[in-house]
Amino acid sequence: MRREPLPKDALDEADRALINTLQDGFPVSAAPFAEVGAALALSEDDVIARLARLRDIGAITRFGPFLDAAAMGGAFCLCAMAVPEERFDEVVTLVNAHIEVAHNYERKHALNMWFVMACERPEQIKEIGAQIEGETGLKVHLFPKLEEFFIGFRVQA
Amino acid sequence: MSIDSIDRKIISATASGLPLTPHPYREVGNWLNLTEEDVMARFTRLQEEGIIRRIALAPNHYALGMVANGMSVWDVPDDRASEIGPQIGALHFVSHCYLRPRSLPEWPYNLFAMIHGETRDAVEGLRAEIAGLLGNDCRASDILYSTRILKKTGMRLTERA
Repeated sequence: MRREPLPKDALDEADRALINTLQDGFPVSAAPFAEVGAALALSEDDVIARLARLRDIGAITRFGPFLDAAAMGGAFCLCAMAVPEERFDEVVTLVNAHIEVAHNYERKHALNMWFVMACERPEQIKEIGAQIEGETGLKVHLFPKLEEFFIGFRVQA
Repeated sequence: MSIDSIDRKIISATASGLPLTPHPYREVGNWLNLTEEDVMARFTRLQEEGIIRRIALAPNHYALGMVANGMSVWDVPDDRASEIGPQIGALHFVSHCYLRPRSLPEWPYNLFAMIHGETRDAVEGLRAEIAGLLGNDCRASDILYSTRILKKTGMRLTERA
């Protein structure tokens, strides 16, 4: 995944408008790109070509459905581990091998590996946490959310 | 709420993205031998039931210049969290704000707020803004910057529940 900012001129006004609009949602209809284009005065072909380019240059990470594990009867859980530097690559491989690990970040702290598990059954959180502890010999700290305070942040492109 | 085997196939087929073609739902139907109407009806129902939060685009913060993304963490009194949390979550630079359990002794923090900015200095300034808001309710705090993305696939379903 791209970690560096794109050159300032990489996106034009229409690209920015597309990114801003599509963060809020995308219609379920027979010709959704034409519908999105109509609202932004862009043709259907133009919308599709711009999205393909934005994906290719790494301006967007995903375009599609976002699932809610909890609504499905499952659960998300933030987890953290303190991984010795010399074992880091080995442990990344073991942790990422679990399909339930949806995101994983290295962070600067004694707890230096932070990942999110997305499970279809809530009891899997503890099971997979225990599996990872068994595979790595390292403690997995579980930080399930107790409350969410979220207003609806959007990046302004 | 539950999903059947066809919902599951649709979700798995689109987990890495919707096809960029004029009729994306028809295209997904073609992959799975379903009609466009069936695919659209299922996407609509899954959204109504909240199983799909939304169909949308996720921007790459880094590519768009928000290269400093910090997870700020705070130790606040448990009995104050429900009042403090919404104030922090409402700040325009905070993308997610959660109350989570501590993991003592290694981890004394219970309030997590993701801060996004264009530079580390900017993010530190925003962190100070939160500290000011919390005042005496902040007993300890830290900020963890990500140094590498190790995986980012989003939720994936296994073939069978």
